[in-house]
Amino acid sequence: MGSQLSGPDPHVAKNSGWHEPPPRKGFFTDTSICIGCKACEVACKEWNGIPDDGFNLLGSSYDNTGALGASTWRHVAFIEQPRRLGEQELAFEGMPLGPPASDALNEAGDAALSGDRSLLGTDNTKVQLGMPSFNLPGAASGLETRTDFRWLMSSDVCKHCTHAACLDVCPTGSLMRTEFGTVVVQDDICNGCGYCVPACPFGVIDRRIGDRDTVKNVGIAQKCTLCYDRIGAGQTPACAQACPTQSIQFGDVDELRVRAQERVETLHANGVSDARLYGENPHDGIGGAGAMFLLLDEPEVYGLPPDPIVTTHDLPVMWKQAGLAALSLLAGAAAAFVGRSR
Amino acid sequence: MTTPGPAQQQRAAPEPSSQAKRGRRRRGAGRDGDPVVPEVSFSSYYGRPVVKASPWAADIPAYLFLGGVAAGSSLLGAGADLTDRPTLRRTSRIGALAAVTLSFVALVHDLGRPARFVNMMRVAKLTSPMSVGTWILTMYGPGAGLAGAAELSGLMPRPVRSLIEALARPAGIAAATVAPALASYTAVLLADTATPAWHDAHRELPFVFAGSAAAAAAGLGLIGATTADAGPARRMAVLGALGELAAERRMESSMGLSAETMHMATAGRLMRASRTLTVAGAAGAALVAARSRVGAALSGVALLAGSACTRFAIFEAGQASARDPKYTVVPQRERLDRRP
Amino acid sequence: MAECHPVGFQWVMEAKARGAKIIHIDPRFTRTSAVADMHVPLRAGSDIAFLGGIVNYILENEKWFPEYVSAYTNADVILREDFVDTDDLDGVFSGYDPETGHYDTTSWQYEGVDETEPSGEVKAPSGGQDEDDGSRKERGAGHEMGGHGASLPHSDVQRDETLQHPRCVFQVLKRHYARYTPEMVSRTCGVPVEAFLRVCEEVTANSGRERTTCWVYSVGWTHHSVGVQYIRGSAIIQLLLGNMGRPGGGILALRGHASIQGSTDIPTLFNLLPGYLPMPKVGEHDSLDDYVDTITSPSQKGFWADARKFTVSLLKAYWGDAANAENDYRYGYLPRLTGDHGTYATVMAMLADEVEGYFLIGQNPAVGSAHGKMQRLGMSHLKWLVVRDLNMIESATFWKDGPEIETGELRTEDIGTEVFFMPAASHVEKDGTFTQTQRMLQWHHKAIEPPGDCRSDLHFFFHLGRKLRARLAADDLDRDRPLRDLTWDYPVDAHGDPSADAVLQEINGRHLSGEKAGQTLNSYLEMADDGSTSGGCWIYTGVYADGINQSKRRKPGRDQSWVAPEWGWAWPLNRRILYNRASADPDGKPWSERKAYVWWDEEQRKWTGHDVPDFEPTKPPSYRSEPGTGGIAGLDGDDPFIMQADGKAWLFAPAGLLDGPLPAHYEPAESPVRNPFYRQQASPAREVFPRKDNLQNPSPPEPASDVFPFVFTTYRLTEHHTAGGMSRWVALLSELQPEFFCEISPELARLRGLEHLGWATIVTARTAIEARVLVTDRVVALNVGGRTLHQIGLPYHWGVGKSALVSGDSANDLFGVTLDPNVHIQESKVASCDIQPGRRPSGPALLRFVEEYRSRAGITIETGNQQRTGIQSDTVPAVSTVPADSIVPADSTLPDDDTFTER
Repeated sequence: MGSQLSGPDPHVAKNSGWHEPPPRKGFFTDTSICIGCKACEVACKEWNGIPDDGFNLLGSSYDNTGALGASTWRHVAFIEQPRRLGEQELAFEGMPLGPPASDALNEAGDAALSGDRSLLGTDNTKVQLGMPSFNLPGAASGLETRTDFRWLMSSDVCKHCTHAACLDVCPTGSLMRTEFGTVVVQDDICNGCGYCVPACPFGVIDRRIGDRDTVKNVGIAQKCTLCYDRIGAGQTPACAQACPTQSIQFGDVDELRVRAQERVETLHANGVSDARLYGENPHDGIGGAGAMFLLLDEPEVYGLPPDPIVTTHDLPVMWKQAGLAALSLLAGAAAAFVGRSR
Repeated sequence: MTTPGPAQQQRAAPEPSSQAKRGRRRRGAGRDGDPVVPEVSFSSYYGRPVVKASPWAADIPAYLFLGGVAAGSSLLGAGADLTDRPTLRRTSRIGALAAVTLSFVALVHDLGRPARFVNMMRVAKLTSPMSVGTWILTMYGPGAGLAGAAELSGLMPRPVRSLIEALARPAGIAAATVAPALASYTAVLLADTATPAWHDAHRELPFVFAGSAAAAAAGLGLIGATTADAGPARRMAVLGALGELAAERRMESSMGLSAETMHMATAGRLMRASRTLTVAGAAGAALVAARSRVGAALSGVALLAGSACTRFAIFEAGQASARDPKYTVVPQRERLDRRP
Repeated sequence: MAECHPVGFQWVMEAKARGAKIIHIDPRFTRTSAVADMHVPLRAGSDIAFLGGIVNYILENEKWFPEYVSAYTNADVILREDFVDTDDLDGVFSGYDPETGHYDTTSWQYEGVDETEPSGEVKAPSGGQDEDDGSRKERGAGHEMGGHGASLPHSDVQRDETLQHPRCVFQVLKRHYARYTPEMVSRTCGVPVEAFLRVCEEVTANSGRERTTCWVYSVGWTHHSVGVQYIRGSAIIQLLLGNMGRPGGGILALRGHASIQGSTDIPTLFNLLPGYLPMPKVGEHDSLDDYVDTITSPSQKGFWADARKFTVSLLKAYWGDAANAENDYRYGYLPRLTGDHGTYATVMAMLADEVEGYFLIGQNPAVGSAHGKMQRLGMSHLKWLVVRDLNMIESATFWKDGPEIETGELRTEDIGTEVFFMPAASHVEKDGTFTQTQRMLQWHHKAIEPPGDCRSDLHFFFHLGRKLRARLAADDLDRDRPLRDLTWDYPVDAHGDPSADAVLQEINGRHLSGEKAGQTLNSYLEMADDGSTSGGCWIYTGVYADGINQSKRRKPGRDQSWVAPEWGWAWPLNRRILYNRASADPDGKPWSERKAYVWWDEEQRKWTGHDVPDFEPTKPPSYRSEPGTGGIAGLDGDDPFIMQADGKAWLFAPAGLLDGPLPAHYEPAESPVRNPFYRQQASPAREVFPRKDNLQNPSPPEPASDVFPFVFTTYRLTEHHTAGGMSRWVALLSELQPEFFCEISPELARLRGLEHLGWATIVTARTAIEARVLVTDRVVALNVGGRTLHQIGLPYHWGVGKSALVSGDSANDLFGVTLDPNVHIQESKVASCDIQPGRRPSGPALLRFVEEYRSRAGITIETGNQQRTGIQSDTVPAVSTVPADSIVPADSTLPDDDTFTER
């Protein structure tokens, strides 16, 4: 609690009270070599005993789990775009093709849920989304014919922020900073107040919904633990272990940061100018992520916030304003009694 | 089923389109028949939210409202006690006790694991408004409780009664000193999140809530106190209402894009209702309440309802702003683009 | 590959990181395409045109590897005068018999290889219908060539080193593919000329002394009526470019499941014995001598000439002491083939009530096999059915909740089949080996005990055998001897599980006599034909060399050479690349330093290198055998293809194939497209089954073929395993792909008014199925000969039943049964269909719906089931009874009205 609320923090575990903690651990997810096999999703659920999120065809390309949530700690995003991937060669020219459908579908995907995100285990209130309907694919695009296409895949996960809003706002101390600098929920302490859910700038953590008799930890906040139990025993987290293409790399955050830098330079040299890093910068709004990514498009395309700032960054101001408001209330009340006695 | 005739071919004809932006979702307000706000273009992942809406149900806005009523009432109660306004004192003290009790119930009921409420007592964290709030409640509760109990002491055996009556004033004053914090911290509770509409409001929201609390408590006083005793309630009603409305205005101008959620759908309707009720209540308090007991009561009801609407409106606006990626992505994207 | 073999694909990604170029040629844009350097969508079923086009490009532009081609292939061999190519016979080769639909392949032989000398036995299959010819046909079939090439009487053939002789293979090849121009490829495959040429440039630029290219294929190439010829096509390319037997080269067959390779080596195929020894046939293989003399020829070159040693050792492994020279090593105990007993022939026999019982071992034909209805109806005729699987698959429940119950074609109370479900242990619940596509055996250990009544296959069959033998012991009948004399003495553990290790030792083989008696064999070269050795599968001999289970080796790659010979064990003799003698030039020197792999060490007078030389260790490159010498001694020092009858790789196959010595493009059995190359529409030698229950869609030039204007293909998704037996009962996999869907292009969506996530009905002459619609830019409309052709993608993981977590209609129900004659594999990767918006009718209405389509298309038993077309096609009467207005509007199929080509 004592540590600063924003900016770089090279000793995040130490500042949380750990004596001689091991190097900070994290992920580097290189989406440029992700093949979308979803082994990470399954391995994660297998190892951590997470229930399925329901059987729903979402029509979001090959993504049928939808988003990170209480019961999906690794989520593979699939994005179809009428754009070219680096210098990839396609044979679309000379083919009898109309306008792309991707745009319309990318816009409309959420409608598959017809507003009921409980299908994703992420939100138990129905909302009217008023999404465009699915008919007439390509209607959204003004293009005459499609010539470019790429299929992006990316495995998302908890960022294990240097300044973790979920941890900061937790009123019970259930969310804690481990010796590895990761952020973990203690199932036996969490009372399900749900405060961490809106606090997370990435929409990662959530309160598990479901049938209390058949599903474990219902009502409790759940998210990736970076396999605290495995790394504690010198093992690799389940997702990284299962990833066949090393798209998910586990290791010391400092070293991963270097690796990420080198990788993005290589890709730029190979003509993949879209390649960019995400969450690797300790000077960003969350003091840098423990789980960083190499993306091939703007973060929001993957459902990530483009420029997240931990909410507690403004907490001092908030308390100050609250104090002033309290004083004005006191003053106002006093004023109400001043003057005529009757 | 047969092979498609011309009709089907027609149906399958492409629609012309204005924009050809990749992965854009153009969705201003305007659904649910609300005033249309200019469209923004931005990328999203199948229109899914970036941040998650809070899992909270009606308990939490109710808690915000009741906490405000309790806080304001303790102030009124203490003042009435010191200035010897028995009916106002009694109404406020009992109102504070009832409100704080109900708010506590609402708070616990919203937990995923209510039985584990006590875990709130494990830590005291300044970074967690909810933790801070728990301790504020803990400090506020006994005083408000004792003061409230004193008003009901007629039901109690003599020795207890005299003891409680002796303690009532210090207890009431103790509660009153904590009360302002109780009224304003709830604003930080909402603001200290990634929910666009709540966080964007973090500078003014405490003032909105403080004003709302004052107006609500004053409303309660107007209902319960005689016109003779209710003077301070009338003045507090006007001050509170003016404060709330002024703060709201400021807030909406400083919030940016997410301010539009205050005018949309449920939140919009509630916000309009809150304005009307609060203005009406305040006017009634200023002009009618001193002469007519009935007018006072009606003004009081309007003020209470107005305050409740404010809390629910702001809660709903936040939830809506979280569910639509627009309010997360667009401001951040603009911030990035501004950066060199 | 990323889609179906994600774990293996890690090595492709590693190669890419090291600069390899990945070209993906596939009708659909898959996870592989997403990370490939180039993706080329083509029309399903048009691959031979594509491959032939590359061959033509290589020959036209002189891109072949001259030294390699002339030294190591049969390019210079001269063919007989009576060989006539497809161009001159309307799309058939010489020797075709339109009556029987079979080829007499005599005219494909090399000049001078007279079928009457010296053994008097025609090695090449001949046509004809009588039982004897029929079984000879079997012998010629490609699936017997897994461990060796087809046999030739001998190998002293006439050659023209200059490759100029008009009848030499090279010139024949040139003429055959002359018409496979880029324009023709484009017209046939729907691939733009530029894209096709880019592939040609990349492949040829990346082949030669310094570089090699490899081709990777899976069932997308094999599940066709001409599947074998697809592979032959890539073989010709690889040989012309010198990419065989060299590092980074070759043709990689990705198998459909773990250890499918193993189940062909130690075969589950009806006509093979272990190690690709043919199954004996009635009438011609009455004695061991008959058998050995006819499966090989003493005067042919290569190791296959040792077939007698392999056979006798196998018989010793089967019957141990009961097998000796006097009794022909109990050769007589082996069952004899009477004809085709493949899967589909068996199912049709079931329908004729000729089959009483059926074992399904980890197979779900009700969902996974072509023409699911025929499969299910067939099983409903059985007396008993044993299903061994992890879950209660559709093949075990079809009798109560199959599609035919819904339509009323079957009534549960009428089905007499008694179904025994035997829960099976998974691979983590038992010891054993996997043999993967590189022929590598890798041992897996039992991690946990199987739950409940689940048992390993080994457990099941061992105890079944034990019980049968016990039953038969009582009455001593001769007919029971084969079973009772079997060596059936595997040690069992506490749970009664036989030792898989002991089985592997038996497969490896032992010395039975002499001072080494009891020791395991180290090499099949140690096998003898005098009964002094045993061995259950000669190609696996060496997996237990030195008495050690070599398949257990797991030395990390970083601790050994880049070939990693100490990880697992690969047959034969731990060679990681077959025919690797070809990685050196005729003089035994590496073609280039960069690609050095195996070479001749002059000082030590032996072959050496990174891998185990796939050649006699001390035979120098300069060695030349006496003309006419057969067997191993007959191999010259520059004959790298040591299992081939002439030691050379075959650009032209004079024997071994039943449907042509060279790949020629034929349309799939069902295709909306006219064959642009020949008047012969589909393969004239494909196996057809004209029966009421196997109706085919009409294809051009047959009338009304436009009732089924679209092409569909089936495939797998990463998230599921084949027919779903291992995935649709697993929640964490089912949630990833919960529903059956069809993938279509936005163009087709508009044409047919199909909505994303809505329903579509896909219909063929067999049935109609429904699927949710996924509209995606990953699917493209093709320009095929100026006409817009739409393809529909269907994953085939789902089936109709109530036991699985997720179910749905089965894509394989759409297919009929048409087979590749060489291997009896069904054409289940392409067919024609129609698609309509909305759900299909259910119950009896479904049958009426399909019947309506049939009558509109005028489908009879003959439709699509005539092998020879083109000649007759001009005179085929219009059988269509369709009123014009109900035919699919032309604008859905013809370019001039096409919505998009107009632009």
